[in-house]
Amino acid sequence: MATAAKAPPGSNAPKSGVGETGADKTGAKVETVQRESVVVRFAGDSGDGMQLTGGQFTLSTALAGNDLATFPDFPAEIRAPQGTLFGVSAFQIHFGSSRIDTAGDQPDVLVAMNPAALKTNLPSLRKGGLVIADTGEFGERNLKKAHYEANPLEDGSLAPYQLLAFDVSKQTLESVKEFGLGNKDALRCKNMWTLGLALWMFGRKRAPIIDWLKVKFGSNELLREANIAALNAGHAYGETAELSGPLKQFRLEPADAEPGLYRTITGADALALGLVAGAKLSGLPMFFGGYPITPASAILHALARLREFDVTTFQAEDEIAAIGATIGAAYAGSLAVTSSSGPGIALKSEAMGLAVMTELPLVIINSQRGGPSTGLPTKTEQSDLYQAVYGRNGDCPMPVLAARSPSDCFDVAIEACRIALEYMTPVMLLTDGYIANAAEPWKVPEAHDYQPFPVHFHEEMPETGKLNPYMRDPETLKRVWVKPGTRGLMHRIGGIEKGYDSGNIDYSDSNHQRMTDTRKAKIDGVARTIPAQTVEVGNEHGPLVVVGWGSTYGPIRQAVEHVRNQGHDVAHIHLRHIWPLPSNLGELLKRYDRILVPEMNTGQLKTLLRDQFLVDARPLNKVSGQPFRIAEIEAAILGMLNS
Amino acid sequence: MNEVTKIVPASKPDDWASDQEVRWCPGCGDYAILKAVQRTMPELGVEPHNTVFISGIGCSSRFPYYMETYGFHTIHGRAPTIATGVKLANPDLDVWIITGDGDGLSIGGNHMLHLVRRNLDCQVLLFNNEIYGLTKGQYSPTSRTGTRSPTSPAGSLERPVKPCAFALGAGGRFVARTIDTAQKHMPEVLKRAHGHKGTSFVEIYQNCVVYNDGAFEQFTDKKSAAVTQIWLEHGKPMLFAGGTKGLHLNRESLRVEVVDVVDGDVSEVIVHDETNKAVASMLIDMPFPEFPVALGVLYCDPATSFDTAMAEQAERVVGDKVADFNALLRRGQSWEVKGER
Repeated sequence: MATAAKAPPGSNAPKSGVGETGADKTGAKVETVQRESVVVRFAGDSGDGMQLTGGQFTLSTALAGNDLATFPDFPAEIRAPQGTLFGVSAFQIHFGSSRIDTAGDQPDVLVAMNPAALKTNLPSLRKGGLVIADTGEFGERNLKKAHYEANPLEDGSLAPYQLLAFDVSKQTLESVKEFGLGNKDALRCKNMWTLGLALWMFGRKRAPIIDWLKVKFGSNELLREANIAALNAGHAYGETAELSGPLKQFRLEPADAEPGLYRTITGADALALGLVAGAKLSGLPMFFGGYPITPASAILHALARLREFDVTTFQAEDEIAAIGATIGAAYAGSLAVTSSSGPGIALKSEAMGLAVMTELPLVIINSQRGGPSTGLPTKTEQSDLYQAVYGRNGDCPMPVLAARSPSDCFDVAIEACRIALEYMTPVMLLTDGYIANAAEPWKVPEAHDYQPFPVHFHEEMPETGKLNPYMRDPETLKRVWVKPGTRGLMHRIGGIEKGYDSGNIDYSDSNHQRMTDTRKAKIDGVARTIPAQTVEVGNEHGPLVVVGWGSTYGPIRQAVEHVRNQGHDVAHIHLRHIWPLPSNLGELLKRYDRILVPEMNTGQLKTLLRDQFLVDARPLNKVSGQPFRIAEIEAAILGMLNS
Repeated sequence: MNEVTKIVPASKPDDWASDQEVRWCPGCGDYAILKAVQRTMPELGVEPHNTVFISGIGCSSRFPYYMETYGFHTIHGRAPTIATGVKLANPDLDVWIITGDGDGLSIGGNHMLHLVRRNLDCQVLLFNNEIYGLTKGQYSPTSRTGTRSPTSPAGSLERPVKPCAFALGAGGRFVARTIDTAQKHMPEVLKRAHGHKGTSFVEIYQNCVVYNDGAFEQFTDKKSAAVTQIWLEHGKPMLFAGGTKGLHLNRESLRVEVVDVVDGDVSEVIVHDETNKAVASMLIDMPFPEFPVALGVLYCDPATSFDTAMAEQAERVVGDKVADFNALLRRGQSWEVKGER
């Protein structure tokens, strides 16, 4: 999904469609297929290590110079009962030699480690796609757990697909026999065997994976060597396979890329780095208060390891305490950040009101997941837009931003910090479970690519001798930020309404009107410092514009491009700033005859656009826990054009 | 007292009073507490600009507005959370939490538990009036069973929580109790609380003149105080009633008993050892009026405070690591794309 990030050509890329050792060396005659892009889905039990396998395959793919996008898709249960349908964990990767914006509509290759994985993932496989299955796991017991009455590998039901079935379990056991591991430990190397085969299929290098295994297992020599042996054995299996038929190597040219240094990054890691960058650009120490919640915890994990960057992390007793401590740290002069997911954000709502009322800078991150209530903890959704924009008591305006992809999280985090500090306001940053876990190549920026936004703490003694903590900058309307510990400027703030001119408690009607109006005007004014809305793809007027926000960026962009390639005049507008909206947006939207808003909710941005601009925005909604497919959006666009 | 080195006052009580008009009901016990705090501050060797009073919601939580220090009137029950952020962000600040029985032990009970358990360096003054005052007189978590109130017209059914027992049970390292009108004793308790590094939990019996007037009268009445109160001092025998009665530990039942002290013989009377948690627990739980109400510093056994531990760990973890941001961005496996293809 990277925009500027294109994976590299050069020495890392395979010279031909064969692996580093080369099929020609072994003499095996295996077909090589040239492809522009491929979608592979690894699926197995949640204990099978599919996420690790996928993650490492991603790394090797990035190193080979392809652009890519990934979609880790796992259950909420940590280790669901083995072999069950609800315990299936999958990792999908889409990679290719041209721009990749999504994790792919339909897998071309499905690696199914057991019957349950086959059953749950087969429906998404492209007709004619390749199934690789471990026959060792297709015993009666596992078939029954997956509710198969007959073995699908044998009953012809896989006829619409290509099938490659062999005993991965047995192959793995043989490859690690010399290490004398117990049966259970030995079988756990299956994911590395499978990865080895996948590396061979796509001509990937093993060396980086072996390096990673060395670090991962460290001093545990036995497991380290066994896993390396399994990886090598899987790779060798491909090379020397006497198999013919469906087993083939895929050849993908590296994608074009801007020169520079690249790495792969997940949304959670990019957010953590972006926050550190924000702290650095502002010159403030960072305080991060959080409480464990899926899928937001990864941000806390990442920051907890960055103490040397003047980052203090605090695992609070609950979501309320997490934001409470964050507000306290903001009051004391830190760049304060808290993070959660929908249910936790709901718990923080009252405290957000306090931050709005006391006008303290705060960044609040919501890694959205399926709701309401506990909902779908590990599945993605973007249904907290109303909550972000409207979800507090009183007139309680707060800027809201949304990231569109893993690497975009870095820039959006910096932008959230800037707005919070320049306007003395809490800012909500929306990301989602898909972005948090997904990875893509990222062209690593330099710190000096970004404009610093240093903070000025108010230290001047007022002429009257008494500080009004609500004294404002006439332009931005932000109030002064006075750190406790500043001599002579003692003052009291709180959630109760304060006098505009004094900062003392003031319930009077005219004052509340004035303060409410001021809080609103301040946040509305943020629109002055955000870039004018541009059109991502297409013309600035025409019969149809597709408007999106957040992680639907990839599928919308691809769908619009597909439809444009068919000769239709369609445009794509993507919003980073959800509140306030860019000041030219209303006028821009009115230049199109029709507006389509695809969202992973029941139509929340659609409502916002209708409300703000009185435009006839039409919704396209999906709340299945899965990202949009390009084809779904494409069909909606064509349907709208033809209606 | 005479041995204690007096700290030269850098300020007067008036310097600690803000210009705001106090808005509590006439006769409210909060006035007395405010006065005692303002009288104590000059003796602590601290300065107003390094002092922060943080409160939740309730009558007592208006307190910060009346102190000429930094102050934060937060939201119901959450003062401990805001205080935690303030102290961790700037450990040099002297942090005071003002709360009540409803704010601190009902809606904010969870935060109080974790504040005390973590041992954040701060003073907690919990004004216990056994009633919800600001919402007009409903029973609170410290109200005695049978309390008649708008929400319990036939009497409350719940058993009350004892704030000091809660604090001790949560792992508190400093637990003290005093009375709003004890203008002589309260400053001593406050000084001890301030001197203790860690969470210093102070329960203050506070009379609500409107909704629970006289709730503590039986033991706060100065005329009978000698027999209804026992003020504890570390290293001193636990005596009351002008030294004619004392507390004795029955070594068979392992219970505290009241004994008469004859001819000044205190050999049977327990000597107060602030670090003895078991005895502190017994003192807190003594039923009134069978026993006097234990006041003063009931327990003090310092341990590393949360903020100190965090600062020390940071120093250890950071060591001589250099914060190289560009290197951080490049951490992990990366690759270089050279020139245009």
